[in-house]
Amino acid sequence: MWWKYLTGAAMAGVIVAAFMLPAPQIQIGDASRIFFFHVPAALAGFVAFVVAAVYGAVYLKTRNLVADRRAAASAEVGLTFSTIALISGAIFANVTWGVFWNWDPRETTLLAVLLVYAAYFALRQAVGHPSTRARLSAVYILLGGVAAPFLFFVLPRMYVSLHPRDTLVSGGGEFAMTLPVGLTFGAAMVTYVLLYLWLFQLADRAGRIKEELDYQREHVL
Amino acid sequence: MPNGRSSWAGRILALLAKDLRAEYRTRYAVSAVFLFALTTLAAVSFSLGAGGLPAHYLSVLFWVILFFSALSGLAQSFVKEAETKTAVTLKLAASDDVVFFGKWTFNLALMLGLEIVLIPLFLIFLNAQLARWSLFLSVVVLGSLGMVSATTLIAAVIAAAGVRGALFSVLSLPVLLPLLVPLVRVTEICFPGGAQGSGIPELRLLAGYAVVVMAGGWLLFPYVWRE
Repeated sequence: MWWKYLTGAAMAGVIVAAFMLPAPQIQIGDASRIFFFHVPAALAGFVAFVVAAVYGAVYLKTRNLVADRRAAASAEVGLTFSTIALISGAIFANVTWGVFWNWDPRETTLLAVLLVYAAYFALRQAVGHPSTRARLSAVYILLGGVAAPFLFFVLPRMYVSLHPRDTLVSGGGEFAMTLPVGLTFGAAMVTYVLLYLWLFQLADRAGRIKEELDYQREHVL
Repeated sequence: MPNGRSSWAGRILALLAKDLRAEYRTRYAVSAVFLFALTTLAAVSFSLGAGGLPAHYLSVLFWVILFFSALSGLAQSFVKEAETKTAVTLKLAASDDVVFFGKWTFNLALMLGLEIVLIPLFLIFLNAQLARWSLFLSVVVLGSLGMVSATTLIAAVIAAAGVRGALFSVLSLPVLLPLLVPLVRVTEICFPGGAQGSGIPELRLLAGYAVVVMAGGWLLFPYVWRE
């Protein structure tokens, strides 16, 4: 509970710092401030995918429908964060290079992750029976999880991409990682993950209430 | 079906033989796949084929035609079992591994058969030449292995879900995208006038993808096949 207040305060701090600090990258200028929002959103999308796959595996082992509900909740929040990352990336692309979309490898693989999420929900819609739906969607998200590392990590590094280099992984690079910038970025990453957890909790609770409502409708009313 | 003393490979081949025989009698999947490919190729060639096309167009068109033709027929292996109600007997008669690899082999045979027919026709209809045959054939084979590995599991999923084929394409394409992007790029290298490169990184990626997805499909299959 306390961590939600912390998340709110930290997010406010990150937003203020992102706009008050000198721009991280001199050539692009103010547009590089997107770094503080776009990258953490993509990270949250990735974490959400992993959590959904883990809950899928938990369902297959325990056959407890709560795990399936949590997998769907995580996928829902993950889809939202990935969409935010995609749109913010497109805005950055328009400001920096003049086009919204270029089929750059990074852009394409993020779109592919969104398609996996969308297909996951399409599968859930198509199957009516709860345990069959849980079983099949768990298998699908796990298969997507097998393909996902190729999408997130291998393909974007194989081809020449206009996307700025990863400064965290490869070190150095184009962004001036001064201490205030680094601190703000680190705080942003943690805060976005905490925000994901909060939204995941809400989505899970909403799912539980919906189940309860459906049960009441069928058996009581 | 074979007796309990036959080997694992023997049982897979027996399942393959059964599927091929059943397919020969109805020719449903084969007709769907070949006619789709030929119709698409004819339409493309009719509108674009007059002059020589640039390498990257040829590459994209080849893979689009191949992908969508294959997707129209690859679900058939499991959906037919569900429709003819023979799935239960198959679950009793063969172990999960045998069923997965038997269906995998059938799908691979279908894809390779399609490619044997499609590649020459593609080159003829679109007035294309191949500069690098060995790279092209390796790429096609590795791409087919990866595609078949992913789609065999997804075909089982949609057969268990009891839905028709449209969902199969929706579920397959996101998983197959890490395959499609390098395939298009490395095939472009094979045509004259295309991009330069050795193609080795892509071959490694395709081999890695095929192995990983086959292993993943094999491990996940029992959860789809059994309740």
